[in-house]
Amino acid sequence: MRYWTTRRRDVLTGYLFIAPQLIGVVLFVLIPVGLAIWYSLNKWNVFTGKQVFVGADHYAALAADPQLPSVLLATVVFSGGVVVLNITLGLLIAVLLNRRFRGATFFRTLFFSPVVVSVVAWTLVWGFLLQDNGGINGLLRAIGLAAPNWLQHGDTAMLSVVVSQVVRSVGVNMVLFLAALQGVPSELYEAARIDGARSRSMFTRITLPLISPTVLLTAIITVVGALQSFAQIAVLTGGGPGLSTTVLVYYVFQQAFEFNDIGYGSTLALMLLSFVMVLTLLQWQLRRKWVFHEQ
Amino acid sequence: MITAKKLVGALALTAAAALTAACGASGTGSDGAKASDVKLRMTVWTSNAEQLKLFDAIGAAYRAEHPEVSSITFESLPFADYNTTLTTQIAGGNAPDLAWMGDLSRDLIASDALVGLTGKLKATAGWQYDDLVDSATKEFSRDGTLYAYPFSNSPFALYVNTDLLAKAGQKIDPKTLTWDQVAAAGAAVHAKTGKAGLVIRDFDYKAWNMLATVWTGFGASAWSQDGKTCTFGSPEMQRAFTFLHDAAFKTGAMPGPGTKADFFAGDAAFTVAQVSRASLLTGSFKFGLYPLPAGPSGRYAVLGQAGVGVLAAGKHQEQATDFLAYLTNPANAAKLAQFFPPPRKSLLTGTKLAANNKKLSAAQLQEVVVGQLPDAVTLPNHTSPAEIAQKGKTALDAMWKPDADIPAVLNSVCAAIEPILAK
Repeated sequence: MRYWTTRRRDVLTGYLFIAPQLIGVVLFVLIPVGLAIWYSLNKWNVFTGKQVFVGADHYAALAADPQLPSVLLATVVFSGGVVVLNITLGLLIAVLLNRRFRGATFFRTLFFSPVVVSVVAWTLVWGFLLQDNGGINGLLRAIGLAAPNWLQHGDTAMLSVVVSQVVRSVGVNMVLFLAALQGVPSELYEAARIDGARSRSMFTRITLPLISPTVLLTAIITVVGALQSFAQIAVLTGGGPGLSTTVLVYYVFQQAFEFNDIGYGSTLALMLLSFVMVLTLLQWQLRRKWVFHEQ
Repeated sequence: MITAKKLVGALALTAAAALTAACGASGTGSDGAKASDVKLRMTVWTSNAEQLKLFDAIGAAYRAEHPEVSSITFESLPFADYNTTLTTQIAGGNAPDLAWMGDLSRDLIASDALVGLTGKLKATAGWQYDDLVDSATKEFSRDGTLYAYPFSNSPFALYVNTDLLAKAGQKIDPKTLTWDQVAAAGAAVHAKTGKAGLVIRDFDYKAWNMLATVWTGFGASAWSQDGKTCTFGSPEMQRAFTFLHDAAFKTGAMPGPGTKADFFAGDAAFTVAQVSRASLLTGSFKFGLYPLPAGPSGRYAVLGQAGVGVLAAGKHQEQATDFLAYLTNPANAAKLAQFFPPPRKSLLTGTKLAANNKKLSAAQLQEVVVGQLPDAVTLPNHTSPAEIAQKGKTALDAMWKPDADIPAVLNSVCAAIEPILAK
C-alpha cells in the first residue's frame, strides 16, 4: 500500500500552510512564556549571568509587595478608563460618521490619523501640551479657567494618560464599528420605521445586536491593548506622581530592566499574562449571553 | 479531525525548525575569538560627532600598532536608556568589551563584573599611574584596585545669565555668593522679566540626586559614609529642602514642577550644571561661570563623573584592557581633555585645559575645574541606583506641593530606600 495517499498529502499540505504561524507561536510565544516561568523560579544576577534556583520565592515576594496594590489599582483605573472611553467614543463617532454628509470622509480621516502616528512622538507632544506652562493651560488661562498642573497630581495625571491614549487609539475602534454599521441591512431600518420605531429603539434593537460581534472583537482587543500600554506611561509620567500612574506593564519593565530583577519581573509578567487570559476567556464565554448570531 | 498524535508531530516539526534556525543564527553571529581577528566594541552614551571622531582616531592609531585587532567600534547608546541597554546586553550574552559607566559602576564593581585595571596600568610603560587625582579614582575603586578609569570629572558650577540679571537690576558678587543670594536674585529676575530664576539642570522634579549640588552646601547627605543608613531625615537635609521648597512655591526663585525653562536658551538667570555643559552656550547672551555658591556649611564642590571599564563578560578582556591603557595614556588623555576634564594632575591647569576649549577661559577653567576637583564629592552613588532613584522619587513626589510636610516627606524617603541600602 502506498504511504503518500491523497489524504496524507492533503494533511501535510495543511500543516505546511500553518507552519509559518506555528513557528512564530513557538518562537515568540511558547518559548518566551516557558523562559519567563523558568526565570520566575530563579534569581538572576544580570551583571555576571549567574542564576540561582529560588523556587517560589518571587511568588512569595509578589504576595508581600507593598507597592502592588497601588499598581493594580492604577492598572484597573487606566485600563477601565481606556476601555470604556475607547469603545463608547469609537461607537459614537462611527454612528455619527456613518451618515451621509459633506465632509464625512475628512472627519473619518481626521479621527483615524492619530493611529498612524508613532506613540512616542504622540506622547511627547502631549507632554509639551500638558506641562504647567504648556499649550492646554495657555488656552484655559486665556479664557479665564483654572489651569491644573496636569502631570503633577495623581488624578489629573491619570486623566491625562487616559485621554492621550484614547484620542490616539479611538480611530481603530471607529473604523471597525464603521465597517460593522455598513453591514447592517437598510431594509431592517425601513421596516422598523414603517412600524413606527424611534431612533433609540432602532439603535438598541437593530444596530447594537447586529454589530455585537464587532463589539466583542473591539472589547477584547481594547482590553488587551490597554493592559499592554507602556510608552504613554513611560514618556508622559514615568509612573508618577507617586505610584498613581504606575500600571502593571510599566512595573514589570521597572523591575526587570531598571532594577535588573529579571526573576521578579518575570513573575509580574506572568501575572499580567494570566489577567489577560482570564479577561479574554471571560469575554469569550459571556458572548453567548449578548452577542447576536443570525444563524 | 486532527488527532493529538498529529498535533504533537506538527509541534515537534516546528520546534525542530525553530531549533535549526536558532543554531544557525548562533553559528553565524559569532565573530570568532581568534587572537588574530579581535573585534573590540565599546558602548558610549555620547552621540557628539566630534567626540566620536576623536575616539575613532585613537582607535585607528591603536589598530595600526596592533594588527590582531581588526576593528574597534564605539557604539553610541541613548543616555536615557544607557544602563538598561548595557545590562540587557550583558544579560543577553552580548556584553561589550569596554563600557562607559556612571551610577551603574557600584553594581558592576560589587558583582565582580569588571576587570581590575591597576596592575595593567601600573605595568604599562609611560602610563604614570601616580598622576591620577585621588578624589577622581575613589568612586571607581575597591580594596585598592581601580576598576574603571575616571576619564570625565566635571565639577558642577553655577552658570549666570548676566544679561537677565542686569535687566532685573540685580548684582551678585561671585566671591561671596550664597544660595540665599542666588534665590533672592532669581526671584527678582522672575518677578521683573517673567523668565525663570534658578534651574537645577536635569533635576526636573524627578532626578533628585541632582539636588546634592545644593544640599551638600547645607551639610546634608543622602546616606551615611558606609552607605547603610539613610540620612534624608537629618536637620541639615530639612534645611536644604526647606530652601528648595520655598524657592519653588513661595518666592518663585525656581520654576515649579511641570514648568520647562532652559538656561542655555536664555530662559533662566542661573543654572547649576556641569562644566562640560558649556558647549551648549551659543553666545546669545553674556554669561558668567562660577563655583557653586556657599551654603550654610560653607564652600564645597560636587563632581559628576564617568568612567570606562573592561567587562569581565566581554570576549577579549586582555586586548580590551590593553586598548584601555592606550586610550588613557598621557598623550591620549590630553586629547580627551578637550571634552572631558581629566583625572591627571599633569593636565589639570587652567592653561592646558583652555588650549582646546572654545567656550571657557583659562581663568574660568582654573577656578571651576582645577580649583574644585581635589576636594569635590561625587553625586550620591550606591548599588541598585535605579531602584533607589525610583523609590526615592516616588516618596519625594509628595514634596512638590505648596503645602508639603517637609520632615514627614523626608522621613518617608528613608522608609522607602532604607531596605535597599541595607541589602
